[in-house]
Amino acid sequence: MTPTKSLTFLLMDAPYEQARTATAFRVIDAALRSGFGVRVFAYEGAVSLPVTQQKPHANAIHGRSLEEEAHPTPHVWVSSLMQLASERGVPFDWVNCGLCVDERGATEVVAGVRRGSPGDFWKMASETDNTLVIPTR
Amino acid sequence: MPSYLLIESRDPFESRGFGQRCELAAALATDGAAVTLFLVENGVLAARSAAAVRELDRLGRSGVSVLADEFALRERGIAVAELAGHVKAARLDELVKQLGTGAKAIWN
Repeated sequence: MTPTKSLTFLLMDAPYEQARTATAFRVIDAALRSGFGVRVFAYEGAVSLPVTQQKPHANAIHGRSLEEEAHPTPHVWVSSLMQLASERGVPFDWVNCGLCVDERGATEVVAGVRRGSPGDFWKMASETDNTLVIPTR
Repeated sequence: MPSYLLIESRDPFESRGFGQRCELAAALATDGAAVTLFLVENGVLAARSAAAVRELDRLGRSGVSVLADEFALRERGIAVAELAGHVKAARLDELVKQLGTGAKAIWN
């Protein structure tokens, strides 16, 4: 049996700030749908992506209700990627940088997110077929 | 033959770095590498023929493959018919495919 190919992604941007976050999630989604295992190392502000306290909101300016606004929350995206990986039978691993978590108090995260260190990123990059760093500016 | 995947997210009209990355892509291609410049986010603004981005024209002559994220194009109301001749719309699957074949990737 051919071992699953896998890719590592390093994310750095905090949620709700940059288009890069949405693009990164789209790339990871495409990788999972193409059958790749995925490993994500979240660094700096990106450790807040899986924080479960994010809440959707209505849009009073445009008169839209909570349901109509359907405001996206990145922690749901993270959970969705985990679910997709499970359905596809490919490995998915998300590691939050521990120091970055402590700095931001980003401790309440979706189930399955692990705490780690930049050393984990080195291991991921060493063990997977390729790595894409999506840097902040 | 080494292969490189340069992912460009910046608007060419607000970032001097866009041109520098195009120079890098052309230099790598001249050295014999297979090079793809993948435009995402505001980087796709360069893909319009009306934008007349000279750096992209040079890449076309250098043998660099220039792809533009079809989702980013749609978000910005850019039709495929508006693209410069050497630019092709592509899904992110193509980006993933190149990562899977070991292309050295740089995101700007």
